[in-house]
Amino acid sequence: MMNLSRSVALISLFLLPLLSFSFSVDNPTDRRVLVLLDDLSLKSSHSIFFSTLKSRGFDLDFKLAEDSKLALQRYGQYLYDGLIIFAPSTERFGGSLDSKSIADFVDSGRDLILSADTSASDLIRGIALECGVDFDEDSSAMVIDHSSFSVSDVDGDHTLIAADDLVKSHAILGKTKIEAPVLFRGVAHSLNPTNNLVLKVLSASPSAYSANPSSKLSSPPQLTGSAISLVSVMQARNNARVVISGSLQLFSDKLFRSGVQKAGSPNKYEKSGNEQFATELSKWVFHERGHLKAGSLVHHRVGETDEPAIYRIKDDLEFSVEILEWSGKSWEPYVADDVQVQFYMMSPYVLKTLSTDKKGLFHTSFKVPDVYGVFQFKVEYEKLGYTTLSLSKQIPVRPYRHNEYERFIPTAYPYYGACFTTMAGFFVFSFVYLYHK
Amino acid sequence: MAAVESLPPGTPSAMRNAFGTVLSALILVLIGVLAFSIRLFSVIKYESVIHEFDPYFNYRVTQFLSKNGIYEFWNWFDDRTWYPLGRVIGGTVYPGLTLTAGTIWWVLNSINIPLSVETVCVFTAPVFSAFASWATYLLTKEVKGSGAGLAAAALLAMVPSYISRSVAGSYDNEAVAIFALIFTFYLYIKTLNTGSLFYATLNAIAYFYMVCSWGGYTFIINLIPMHVLLCIVTGRYSPRLYIAYAPLVVLGTLLAALVPVVGFNAVLTSEHFASFLVFIIIHVVALVYYIKGILTPKMFKVAVTLVVSIGLVVCLIVVAVLVALVASSPTGGWSGRSLSLLDPTYASKYIPIIASVSEHQPPTWPSYFMDINVLAFLVPAGIIACFSPLSDASSFVVLYIVMSVYFSGVMVRLMLVLAPAACIMSGIALSQAFDVFTGSIKYQLSSKSKDNAEDNTSTKNAPKDDASSGKTDKGEEVSKERSSKKGKKKEREPAEKLSVKSKIVKKKALVLPLEASIVALLLLIMLGAFYVIHCVWAAAEAYSAPSIVLTSQSHDGLHVFDDFRESYAWLSHNTDVDDKVASWWDYGYQTTAMANRTVIVDNNTWNNTHIATVGTAMSSPEKAAWEIFNSLDVKYVLVVFGGVIGYPSDDINKFLWMVRIGGGEFPHIKEADYLRDGQYRIDSEATPTMLNCLMYKLCYYRFVETDGKGYDRVRRTEIGKKYFKLTHFEEVFTSHHWMVRIYKLKPQKNRIRGRVKKLKQKTSSGVSSKSVKKNPWM
Repeated sequence: MMNLSRSVALISLFLLPLLSFSFSVDNPTDRRVLVLLDDLSLKSSHSIFFSTLKSRGFDLDFKLAEDSKLALQRYGQYLYDGLIIFAPSTERFGGSLDSKSIADFVDSGRDLILSADTSASDLIRGIALECGVDFDEDSSAMVIDHSSFSVSDVDGDHTLIAADDLVKSHAILGKTKIEAPVLFRGVAHSLNPTNNLVLKVLSASPSAYSANPSSKLSSPPQLTGSAISLVSVMQARNNARVVISGSLQLFSDKLFRSGVQKAGSPNKYEKSGNEQFATELSKWVFHERGHLKAGSLVHHRVGETDEPAIYRIKDDLEFSVEILEWSGKSWEPYVADDVQVQFYMMSPYVLKTLSTDKKGLFHTSFKVPDVYGVFQFKVEYEKLGYTTLSLSKQIPVRPYRHNEYERFIPTAYPYYGACFTTMAGFFVFSFVYLYHK
Repeated sequence: MAAVESLPPGTPSAMRNAFGTVLSALILVLIGVLAFSIRLFSVIKYESVIHEFDPYFNYRVTQFLSKNGIYEFWNWFDDRTWYPLGRVIGGTVYPGLTLTAGTIWWVLNSINIPLSVETVCVFTAPVFSAFASWATYLLTKEVKGSGAGLAAAALLAMVPSYISRSVAGSYDNEAVAIFALIFTFYLYIKTLNTGSLFYATLNAIAYFYMVCSWGGYTFIINLIPMHVLLCIVTGRYSPRLYIAYAPLVVLGTLLAALVPVVGFNAVLTSEHFASFLVFIIIHVVALVYYIKGILTPKMFKVAVTLVVSIGLVVCLIVVAVLVALVASSPTGGWSGRSLSLLDPTYASKYIPIIASVSEHQPPTWPSYFMDINVLAFLVPAGIIACFSPLSDASSFVVLYIVMSVYFSGVMVRLMLVLAPAACIMSGIALSQAFDVFTGSIKYQLSSKSKDNAEDNTSTKNAPKDDASSGKTDKGEEVSKERSSKKGKKKEREPAEKLSVKSKIVKKKALVLPLEASIVALLLLIMLGAFYVIHCVWAAAEAYSAPSIVLTSQSHDGLHVFDDFRESYAWLSHNTDVDDKVASWWDYGYQTTAMANRTVIVDNNTWNNTHIATVGTAMSSPEKAAWEIFNSLDVKYVLVVFGGVIGYPSDDINKFLWMVRIGGGEFPHIKEADYLRDGQYRIDSEATPTMLNCLMYKLCYYRFVETDGKGYDRVRRTEIGKKYFKLTHFEEVFTSHHWMVRIYKLKPQKNRIRGRVKKLKQKTSSGVSSKSVKKNPWM
């Protein structure tokens, strides 16, 4: 038996590198996810969220955040494709994990779901900060909203919020509209408006503010209104995705199951929007949706098929690029009418919207401008919720060759005439002058 | 040899003349060998490589030409320089040098002499300096006879100023252009002396070759009209002058317009207007002479008043049109380089990019002594010799030396134009002096020998007699040859003939004492010896360094600094083919030729804005510089740093020019920000702008690790800021002696962090909230 288990371990060791390639360019959806919990009871209190993940084929590995054997990578290979941190109160991770290794994990193109909660530790705040999310500095503060709280909020401090200010993006939240408000109880955070990588998915209503509900408000709260973000996402430049939530309860079975009625609203829902919200968001963050891939940029002169090494000014050319979208299982053609190509040399000389044949091929044709230089075909496609496409291909454009100009210019015919008649006249004159006598 | 043809047969002592011809031919061959071999020091001391900066571009173009043929070369659009603008090489380069070397290579290969393109390029300049000294011989012979010609050719073969631009490996335009310049002048003088349309046509073709080779052709097209004007004003107009000038303007301008880089400039820019104006004047003068010939004097007077009054009106109109045309162009029709010739302070005032080149600075006095040495003292004597008697040809060389002295005083580079003139003048002076001294020795000896005809003279004098008589013969031969040639001509000028006669008479009268002559001769020979020693020293020590390989002699032996090639090789092996390398423009040609990488700017400074952009990036703080470079798709930044080994022409010393050129286009860069009390310094007194600019950081990054103090051996001071980190650049390569440092632009950060300060403020805000609680108002 011992031998057998040892050999199994050995085999799995050999398989490990193979497994770690499962997250690849061709198959962008994550497969192996590490879940860090500060209490194993969360496994049962958030079981619905975890079971939906499992049912979609994810391989969840639950670990305590303090587990001393924690490691994200072994022998330079990452063991996981995704990371869920549901451990808001952890001050220190066990093993080799710290905020820097998690940042590296994201920088390697892998995904992260991070949930803070009231009294989140500095460690969790630090990770969020790395991703461009600033939690309220006051560790005891919570989001309070006296106008759009949930009526089921029994405590009466209006910290259970029914939020319905969702980002309008099919890519992030799916095509089905989330009707019911999302219940939220937790800490507020804000985003730097100049940071174009982060995005509010669930924002607070204008009447919300962040403060300690148990103490009297002595000074104006620093975070108020719709500046407060409840759940945010970050898509890094390498397309790694991160979800940061201010509430761990949002993912809990309790709020998944509870009905919701927003204060002052006649609409009462049997079930809150939390489950749909969390499920759709997890689909986005683990690249089951909104992941684009582009083939190479193809261009050639009109009437030719081969790509030339150089264009001449005023050449007519055809340009095309194939863009595919990952549906979670296979690559489907991407359909959109807003993909543009630039013919670029320090500034775009040509900017054209590509038309699509609905089979993923985007194409256009245009005339090379009357400027020579080293140009680039550039496709910079940044659409909300989709991975960023940034493609460019260099191509020089040369001026006319010496024999490509017009041989005779019609407007210059008088000058040609003058030139030749002068020559003839001079010849006749010389002849007459020399031999006339 | 031309001498053979021009020798009239059947003159007395024909045997002797034939001997003289053979001797001068032999001397000329030896002069050619001397001119070639004195330029080989660089190959012997270093190796057979292309030198400096511009030659690398010429070499690259020649390679392209030999590989792709002339039509591809003509239409070559180079996408590896001036990224992303590119450069139309065929239309912006003077093709003469490249075509010459390419032709030589092609000829050699087609007769199965398999030389590499590089070898041909390295040895083009020495070969052409041999040609140039032969051309000098021809030119001076036309002016003052073959004795002066030989002396001038020998002087030119080793004049240091010319050596500096034509050592083996110095594959630059000037290498062939000086030959073309002298040869064009020779053909002009030849036409002037013979009045032959054949030579006039050859002259136009030689001028065409000059236009192909070098922008200095404007010197020709201004000097020759000036000479023509001078001849007209001094009443020396003749049909020969007309034949020498009119075909040159018409054919020469037509041919010049065929060179793509000149094109319509040949008729549009002010540099060429003088020739057209003189072209009109010479026609008017020709017409006047013609009319004078067919009219009676009285009628002529009437006609003159009529024509002058009409002519004045026409001239006024023409001048007005010209002025309007010139004024309508932004620089007044003058290109910046030409304007700086007329007003030496123009460039440094308005065009920093021209002033920043060291060879565009005015020369210092020692550089005259360095570059033309004893010739400077011989030139005045030559000028005097040219005035006795003054002919069309000698007035031309006088004008040539006067103009070139002026221009060389404006720009160091134009010393090169002065050198042939100085050699011609000195050759004339030497030859005349030898003539006089040996003539008087001969006269004294012969009068002595007449006195004691019976007594055999001491054997001591005999060899000297022989030698001196040989020389005198040559002098006589010159005058004979000259007069006989004159005899061939259809129209003789009585004045000139008279002057020749009077010269002979004068020569008889000009007899110096024997001892004085011998001493003077010895002194002259010593002067010549000093000149030779200086020239050999200059060729061996001063001008043979290829500047891509440096050497230094110290107490523990010879040090070789081969950092440039080391780093270019690193670039070509470790970077992607399409990567762009940014550096100051000095290193652009070398980077494209040796590393085969795309550069942003190079030594062809055609786009000031682009250079200013790079200058601005170098003078900006790191982040701004990163943004500029990133917008230009730059991957690597290369800086040259001499602080470790004391190499003075590094980027820190050139940095103020980057600031000036950058500030010229982008006013937020101000030179004053980089200077402390008007002083340029990099020590602890330096301004913060200076210490934070990219150039400082890239040069001195980790510099303190070399000696622990950060002592810069070029500026002789400790640097101001020693410990710092780079945030947007990372060092990827530093050459062995730290002369070349290459940095890579870091990619954009994958994530953007939140507001870091907030976490730190946390404690302070806590304090403040406590103080709020203490507030009595609450």
